[in-house]
Amino acid sequence: MRETLSVSHAEDHPSTRRDFLYYATGGVGAVATGAAVWPLINQMNPSADVQAASTKRVDVADLAPGTQLTVLFLGKPIFIRRRTEEEIAQGRADDGAANIVDGNARNPNIGDNASAADENRTLADFSGENTGEWLVMWGVCTHLGCVPLGDGAGDFGGWFCPCHGSHYDTAGRIRRGPAPENLWVPNAAFVDETTILLG
Amino acid sequence: MSGIPHDHYEPKSNGAKWLHRRLPVVGLIYDTLMIPTPKNLNWMWIWGIVLAFCLVMQIVTGIILVMHYTPHVDLAFASVEHIMRNVNGGWAIRYIHMNGASLFFIAVYLHIFRGLYYGSYKAPREVTWIIGMLIYLMMMGTAFMGYVLPWGQMSFWGATVITGLFGAIPFIGDAIQTWLLGGPAVDNATLNRFLSLHYLLPFVIAGLVVVHIWAFHHTGNNNPTGVEVRRTSRKEADADTLPFWPYFVIKDVFALAVVLVGFFAVVGFMPNFLGHPDNYIEANALATPAHIVPEWYFLPFYAILRAFDSEVWVVIAANWLTGGIVDAKFFGVIAMFGAIAVMAIVPWLDTSSVRSGRYRPMFKWWFALLVVDFMVLMWVGARPAEGIYPYIALIGSAYWFAYFLVILPLLGIFEKPLPQPATIEEDFKEHYGKSGSNGDNAATPAE
Repeated sequence: MRETLSVSHAEDHPSTRRDFLYYATGGVGAVATGAAVWPLINQMNPSADVQAASTKRVDVADLAPGTQLTVLFLGKPIFIRRRTEEEIAQGRADDGAANIVDGNARNPNIGDNASAADENRTLADFSGENTGEWLVMWGVCTHLGCVPLGDGAGDFGGWFCPCHGSHYDTAGRIRRGPAPENLWVPNAAFVDETTILLG
Repeated sequence: MSGIPHDHYEPKSNGAKWLHRRLPVVGLIYDTLMIPTPKNLNWMWIWGIVLAFCLVMQIVTGIILVMHYTPHVDLAFASVEHIMRNVNGGWAIRYIHMNGASLFFIAVYLHIFRGLYYGSYKAPREVTWIIGMLIYLMMMGTAFMGYVLPWGQMSFWGATVITGLFGAIPFIGDAIQTWLLGGPAVDNATLNRFLSLHYLLPFVIAGLVVVHIWAFHHTGNNNPTGVEVRRTSRKEADADTLPFWPYFVIKDVFALAVVLVGFFAVVGFMPNFLGHPDNYIEANALATPAHIVPEWYFLPFYAILRAFDSEVWVVIAANWLTGGIVDAKFFGVIAMFGAIAVMAIVPWLDTSSVRSGRYRPMFKWWFALLVVDFMVLMWVGARPAEGIYPYIALIGSAYWFAYFLVILPLLGIFEKPLPQPATIEEDFKEHYGKSGSNGDNAATPAE
C-alpha cells in the first residue's frame, strides 16, 4: 500500500503541479475577463443622472375636482385625477362587478395582495384620510404601453386606450378590451397639504 | 477555393511573382471572380448582387448622414430636417438611405424565398444558410434601430413597443429592458446607444457576408435543377459551368441597373410611400399615435407576435403547463422569434432527398401557399388587432409553423418526385438548344 502510494505519488507529481498551474491560470483568466467585461455591460444600465430623477414633487394645489394633471415621470406619463363625488360613487358602486378582469389593486403603496376595491386604488391625503378623491396612476396602458385618453373617455367613464380599445373605469380598472391589468398606481404620497411625492 | 476544377491564377510578370510569393492577394481575387458558376442560373440568382450593392449603398449614405445628424432627444428631429432642407443634396441622401432599407429587405426576402424553393439550404450548404439567417437577423436589428434615430412619433413608440418585448421575458425581463433602454423609458440614453449600434452592425454584417460568400464558393452555387456540378473531370465541369467573370457579372449588373431604375423612381417621385406620416411629428412621450405600425418589412412577424392573445388555446395550454410563467405576451415573443428560428433550422426539417422544388410536385403547392401566407401576414400585420383580423393572423401564423415543422418533414416521405436531369449540361441543352453546348468549354452566356 505504502509502496504503491509513493510510486504513484512520484509519477503524478509533475502533472499535478502542471494541472494546478493550468487551473489556476484558467481561473484567474476567467475572473479577469469577467471583471473586464462587466463594466462594458454595466455602462448600459441607467446612469447616475437618470437614477437621480427617480423621485418627483408635484404641486396639486390648483387641481379642481373633475380635472386631471398629466406629468412626465421617469419618461412616462402619470395621471393625477381629483375625482368628483359622482366618480367616487361610481367607482365604489362598481366594486365587485363581474367585468372587473383584474382583481388586484396594482397599488404598491398598500402591498401586493390588496383587492381591486375602489378604496384600494386611491391615495390618502396629507392627514392620512383616504377620501377617494385622489387617484394617481401611470398613464400607460397595460396592453402594449400606449397612453390612454382621459376625462371620462370610454364606456365606463374613466379612460380609453385608442390603440386597441381598452376601457378603464373611474378607478382606472380594466373593464373591457385586451389589456390584462388595471392601470398601475405608482409609489406616491402627500408630503404636505398640496404636494405629491412620486417615487 | 472551390472543389470544382478550374483555372488558377498564375503570376506572369516578375513583380506579380514577387508579390504572389509574399501575399497571394491577386490570386485570391482571381479565384473568387473566376469561380465556376452553374450556367443555368435564372433571374432569381441576381439578388445576391443587389444585396451586396444595398449594403455598400447604406454604409456610404449612412456615413454621410452621421456627418450632419445629432443624436440627442432635443436635436435629433431638427437635425434630420436640417439634412432635408439645408445640407447640399441632403434630401436625396436621406431618401436613398431611407428607401434603401426597403430595397434591402425586398431583395433579402426574394433571396430567402429563392433559397427555400430551390433547396439552397440543403446539404452541403447548411452553413451558408445559417450565416444568411444571422445576416437577416442583424439586418432587422439595424433597420429597427435606424428607424428610431429620426426621433419621430413612430420612432419613439415603435422603440417602446419593441423593447417592451424584452420586458415580457419572465423574471429578468424588466432588468433586461431597463438595461437596453438605459433608463425606465425610451430616452436620450436609448437614442445614443441605438446610433452607436446602428453604425456598428453593418460592418458586422459585411464580415458575415464575406463568410457567407466564402461558404458557398467552397460548396459551389446551387442552381435551378438542384443537381450538383460534375467535379470528376475538367471537361465535365466546364460543360456545366461558366466563370463568374464576365458572364454572371454582366448579367447581374444588368439586373441591378433594372432594379435601380425602379428604386430611383421611388426615391424621386414617392419617397415617403413606404413610410408613416406620424414619423414627421416629433416624439412625444405623452401622446401615442392612434395606430402603431412597424415598417412593412417587419409586418409578417409583427402579425405573428400579435396573433397569440390570451384566448388562443395553445397560449392557455402553455400558461397552464408553466404555472403562469408563459403568459400571452411572452408567448407572442416566443412565436415571433420562433418563426425565424424554424426557418433557420429548415436544413434539418426538410426530409426530401430532392433539392429543387422544380421536381417536387406536391412541395410546389405548399411553397406557393407559404408565399401567399407571407403576404397575408404582411397585410394583416398592418391592420388593427380587432374584428376578423386577429383570426386571419392566427391562421397565417399556424400555417407558417406548420409548413416548417409538419409539412416539410412529411413531404419527404409521401411525395413522389419527378425525374431530374442527370447533369446541368442536359438541363441547359433542353432550355437553350444546341448552340454552344458541344461539351467542350461552351462560351455561350447563360441567358
